[in-house]
Parts: sequence; C-alpha cells; structure tokens
Amino acid sequence: MIGKWALRLGALGYLAFLLLVPVGLVFYRTFEHSFHPAWAAVTNPQALHALWLTLLIAAIAVPLNTLFGVTLAIALVRHRFPGRELVNAIVDLPLALSPVVVGLSLYLLYGTSGWLSGLADHGIKILFALPGMILATIFVSLPFVVREVVPVLREIGTDQEQAAETLGAAPLTVFRRITLPAIRWAVCYGVVLTTARAIGEFGAVSIVSGRIEGKTETLPLYVQSQFEGFNTTGAFAASVVLALIAATTVMAMRLFRPKGEA
Amino acid sequence: MGITVVDVTKKFEGFVALEDVSVVIPEGSLTALLGPSGSGKSTLLRVIAGLEEPDRGQVLLGDVDVTHRPARARGVGMVFQHYAAFKHMTVWENVAFGLRIRKRPRAEIAKRVHELLELVQLEGLAKRYPAQLSGGQRQRMALARALAVDPEVLLLDEPFGALDARVRKELRAWLLRLHDEVHVTTIIVTHDQEEAMEVAGQIVLLSHGRVEQVGTPRELYESPASEFVMSFVGPVNRIGDTFVRPRDLTLELAPDGDAREAMVERVVHLGFEVRVELVREDGQHLLAQLTQEEAEALGLERGLIVYVRPSRETVFTR
Repeated sequence: MIGKWALRLGALGYLAFLLLVPVGLVFYRTFEHSFHPAWAAVTNPQALHALWLTLLIAAIAVPLNTLFGVTLAIALVRHRFPGRELVNAIVDLPLALSPVVVGLSLYLLYGTSGWLSGLADHGIKILFALPGMILATIFVSLPFVVREVVPVLREIGTDQEQAAETLGAAPLTVFRRITLPAIRWAVCYGVVLTTARAIGEFGAVSIVSGRIEGKTETLPLYVQSQFEGFNTTGAFAASVVLALIAATTVMAMRLFRPKGEA
Repeated sequence: MGITVVDVTKKFEGFVALEDVSVVIPEGSLTALLGPSGSGKSTLLRVIAGLEEPDRGQVLLGDVDVTHRPARARGVGMVFQHYAAFKHMTVWENVAFGLRIRKRPRAEIAKRVHELLELVQLEGLAKRYPAQLSGGQRQRMALARALAVDPEVLLLDEPFGALDARVRKELRAWLLRLHDEVHVTTIIVTHDQEEAMEVAGQIVLLSHGRVEQVGTPRELYESPASEFVMSFVGPVNRIGDTFVRPRDLTLELAPDGDAREAMVERVVHLGFEVRVELVREDGQHLLAQLTQEEAEALGLERGLIVYVRPSRETVFTR
C-alpha cells in the first residue's frame, strides 16, 4: 500500500519538478504585470510574422511527410525490395540525430561551397530562406507517420486487402476503401506528432534560416532572439503561445490514441 | 466453370511450395484440396485465385488462360480462414462491397444483398459490425460477400479451420446444401480428411508440393495409390510392408488357421463403433474397429486373448 503511494508520488513529483513547475513559471512570468504587455508582445508585427511563418512551414512539411510516411510504411510492410532494411533504419535517423547536425549538413550541401551551391546562381535560394527551413523541418519530423503506421499495417495483415482484390477492387480502390480506413487513426496520431515536432523545431531551422528578423524567424527563434535581447516579456509571451499550441496537440493526441493504450 | 491447372511450379525463397502440379476440376463440382500443412494446398488455391503468380505452368478457367490475369479480373469468390471481414464496414456493407465497386444501381444492390443475407441466415444482423458477430456468423458473411459478385468459381481456404467442432459440423452441412442450390464450381482447402470426405465429391491429395492422388473419397479410401494416401485418409495398421485398415481386421475367440494370437489392451466405446487396441505375441500393436454388436458377441475386455486375421491387406510396390 505504501509502496503504491510512494510510486505515485514519485512519478507525480518527478513530472511536476521537471515539467509543470518550469512551464507554469513561464505562464506566471508572462502575466505577472497584467495581460496587456503580454498581448502587445505577441501581436507586434515581428511576432505575428514569426507565428505565421511557423504555421506556414508546418502546413507544408506536415502534408508532405504524411504522404511520404504512408507511402513508405506501405512499401516497408507490404513489399520486398533490395535495401529495405537499410531504408527502415535510415527512417529513424532524424530521431537519433541532433537537429543542429541536420542544420549543419543542409548548410554544407546548399552553402556557398556546397555541392548544390549552384542552385543559388540560378536564382533558387535555399539557404537563409523558406525552402531551407522547410527542408530542415521535413527532415526532423520525418519518422513519426512511418513509425505510427508500420505496426498497424503489420497487424491488419493482407487478408482484407486480398479479399477486396478478389471482389474486383483495383489497387487504388483497395487502398482507399480498405487500407486507409484501417490505418486512419495511426495516420492521425502520426500527423499530430509530426505537427508538434514541426512547430517546435529550433536547432536545424536556427542554422539554415540565418535568423533574419521579420523574414526567416519562426516562433521558437523569436523566443530565443527576444530572450537574448533582454525582452523577457516578449520571450515569455511567445513561449506561452508555443505552449498553448503544444497543449492543443497533446489533447489531439489523446483523442486519436486507440482505446486501451496508456 | 471448370478449372485446369497445368504443370504449375511455385517456389518461395528456396522452398518449393508446388512442383509440376496438374489438376482438372470439373464444372459444378465440389473439390477438396487435402494435405498436411506445408503440402502446398493453400498455395495452389492462391495460384488459382490469382493471389500468387506461378513460376511455371498455366491456370485455365473454362478454356481461358488466366495465368497472368490479376485476381480482380478472374471472377473468383474467395473465403479466408480468418474471415478477412472488412472491420470498418457493417455486415450489409461487407456483402455489398463487390457490387458497389462495380457501380451497380442501388436498388439492385439492395435486392441482391437482401437475398444473400437471407441465404446465409444473417437477415437480422445487417447493421452489425464484424466484431459483434460470432466466428460462424462472420464466415457466413464472408461467404455471402464472395457470392455477391456471382463468381465463376468459389475458393474456400480452410474456411472452418478457426471454428469450434460443433459450428464446423453445422457449417459443413450448410455448405453442402448451399452447393446443391447454387451449383458454382467450388474448391475447399482443408487439412482435415474427415471434412474433405464429408463435403467433397472429388479430393486432390497433396504432399510436399506434389499431387499424391485424385479421386472420390471412396476411391482414396478403398484404393489408395501410395502409403502416404493410405495413412492420410484413415487409420491404418502397418505390419511389415503390408497395410491393413482397422475395419479389415477380423477377431475370433478360437485359433483358426493363419490367425495370430493377440491380447486386448484397451476397448474404447464410441457409441456404434468400438475401437480395440491389441498387442500380438511378437509385440506388434494393432488397432481394430468393430461394431458394438460384434464387440459384445466376443465379450471383449482387457486381457482377453483373441485370434486376429486381416480380411484384406494392401502392399505397395516401391
């Protein structure tokens, strides 16, 4: 009995000390001097542009990674091809690799002396511009849809798809009417995780964006720049916006999580 | 529509699932593909369905070569061991699936689905989801779904394998009645020789990817082509190089000519049938099947000495 309570207290205390207190403190400090300074700090043009840019990048990266993730998951589970195991391992790379390294590698590839530096000569600007930031975000948020969909595809097996095939369904019909409905919750869950990762991304985007105020500054970068400029109200207020987006995402996750899972 | 399989070979990563298999399945028949697991019976069914492409050989439906035609264009209805129910669709939607993707008129779909649900006795459960059905109900739904598109052939892959013994027996009887009504060429894959003998007019017995024998249940039982067939389609005693069915052992109380002495070890009463386990004086164990009357007339009990003679025996030349 005591052991059970100690376990619960331990878990809750750990969470409170490491997560709730710091995040709560950010909320407290933001609204310490009434609501108005905080509101002003997040509605100035620079902050609004950062928010808009963050959402824009997510709006491009998430659908692309969803499409790619579902396709790759089907390829990995349903097909045998040379290098399958390698691809399977590479998908997890962004989870293990520090985002700063991702940013640096993109910098090396598209930078002034990089292999693909020639693109800039043709007027295609990747580095210090939106395309580079989108590429970095896609890279770091790539594994989530694949990792959510693969086990579900394995579990449902091929029986239903084959039954549909014998009933006259063409491959696209089988996907639309059978496979997709069966994996839809896994896809939703993967999308939520991808979105959370895309919106919160700092390290990789920080390097490839060049951090040009009002141009290539996302919300996490804005928080950092305000903090460095001793505008703590601005930094805290923007953090609260990010925290609220995160909270919404976590709620969505709970909604999509299959019943019976912790 | 009749089915002809010509010299089909199929390998999986070094494992030979089918080797030069040729089978003719007459139109309107109910044929069982029988064999132990790993004999290639399911692979053969999947080759006929178009779910596996053979490495060599041909598959003909009627006289059309369909070897390279995808499953969706073969006009086959298939039923899977684990039902393969579309879990996110109701019973009604499951059965209607084939008709809906063919874009048939609504009224026609409604009428046909209604007829089929009546045929498989699931009228009241149309709005249920597969998870709310018993195994037997799910399999009947799967059958209705396969029949909905008026298949030329019906392919059943161990359809009753996941069901308990009582439901299995019911569904077998029901399948026979259905086949009498619908008369579509049907192939059933099973590893259960009793099931094959009960439902099929023709049995194709497979072993290690090869056809061992094709014939009626009676032919397989009465004149097996090999030791494998003899021992697979029913119980058998092996005495040296000769094989004797338990039914073909005659038991007598008095010594008589070439009859051999044996002791009763165990008597098992199975209603009308009585199974007697015997051990001969040379240590050879034997199984005999008698009717209850015969057993009573002999007064069989443990320890009794009897004289055993095969009334019919089979020797296979190698």
